[in-house]
Amino acid sequence: MDLIGLFNYWVFIVLMMSGFYLLLSARNLVKKIIGVNLFQTSVFVFYISTANVTGGAVPIHDEGIEVYSNPLPHVLILTAIVVGVASTALGLSLILRIKAEYGTIEEDEVDAQDVLS
Amino acid sequence: MLFGMYSLVSASFFVVVDAADVAMTEAAVGAGVSTILMLSTLAATGYTVRKRPPRRELLAIVVAIAVGGALLYGTLDMPRFGAPNAPLHQHPVAHHYIQVSPKETGIPNMVTPLLASYRGYDTFGEVLVVFTAGIGVLALIGRRPRENGELAPEDGFVDHTATRHRVLRVVAKTLIPPILLYAWYIQAHGDYGPGGGFQAGVVLAAGMMLYLLIFGVDRTEKLVRPRTLECLIALGVLVYGGVGLVNMAQGGNFLDYRTLVHDEKHAIHYGILAVELGVGITVAAVMTTILFTFAGHLRNLLGTAYMANLSRRSNQGAQSA
Repeated sequence: MDLIGLFNYWVFIVLMMSGFYLLLSARNLVKKIIGVNLFQTSVFVFYISTANVTGGAVPIHDEGIEVYSNPLPHVLILTAIVVGVASTALGLSLILRIKAEYGTIEEDEVDAQDVLS
Repeated sequence: MLFGMYSLVSASFFVVVDAADVAMTEAAVGAGVSTILMLSTLAATGYTVRKRPPRRELLAIVVAIAVGGALLYGTLDMPRFGAPNAPLHQHPVAHHYIQVSPKETGIPNMVTPLLASYRGYDTFGEVLVVFTAGIGVLALIGRRPRENGELAPEDGFVDHTATRHRVLRVVAKTLIPPILLYAWYIQAHGDYGPGGGFQAGVVLAAGMMLYLLIFGVDRTEKLVRPRTLECLIALGVLVYGGVGLVNMAQGGNFLDYRTLVHDEKHAIHYGILAVELGVGITVAAVMTTILFTFAGHLRNLLGTAYMANLSRRSNQGAQSA
């Protein structure tokens, strides 16, 4: 069995689970956003890995080249990166507002203040 | 910082696996814009470590390992990395995009027509998401009148950003023009080489960000007025949607460029260029606006902290007198 061909997917799983762990365990909201980001970039790595064809070229048409990598995942991820940073910015600005209103960005302390008020 | 390096490494990985367009975007976004956003948020929120019982961490690690194990088991049936007979590469759609699209559209870079024409609806949706996120950031922490009014030099508040760091200033002044020029180049040349609206937008924003970092938010806002940027955010979406509406007015389908001019190949090419321009305008304007908003928020926080410090000191002075 040719397990070395799966190495990229395993890297992706390790990255994704690190992000997932951070997302679940962190109480600091900035850390949570970092976890989401890690999760997201691992998916980028996965998609781009599936697009690759051994011996293929960058998908720009040229004379004499027969094999290209698949352009479809490239397009999906290209837009996803930009959308990802836009949504990250939205999340971070929410955190800045929470900091301004509550004076803390720890999840449980914000919850405690909500219960009290 | 680590985050920026991680992004740069993954951008290099994308180059190695033949995804030039993606690598370009990741390098500009990950190593540039998002790292700066993270750092400025951390600067504004501060950081403290609190001791807590580790129960939640244990639970999280168990869940993560369980899900990771399940995924790992799932990969055993996946096609191997780079295998040309994977279902993804055998699908007729992949064949169409690779073999037919350069002939059909006359554009060598397969990523560009795929982005702007074949999946034009999808990309329109993505641009709208970026647009909405930009509006959201403005609504949450957008510009508001400063609570203390302008901080004048007579208060002792001097913005050192623009005057210190001679080396940084000289390097930035030589670097920024080529970066901006490069952004326009990949905007206009995206149909022949790697590039296009999304890449050009983020590279342009990265150039603006460099100026913002070195010369401070006040001087940058004099250079590019936030009001203009807000109009540009909407303009890009209008250009994109407008092309689609013109298609409909000419009797075609929404975003079916073939109706634009008589020659079909030329029409598709013009349509793609117009749409990419719309994408580029919106992405560049949204990214720059987000950076401005974060920088302005941080400046207001620093200004407020400075004023509080000043009044405390003057109170102490009055008491001791």
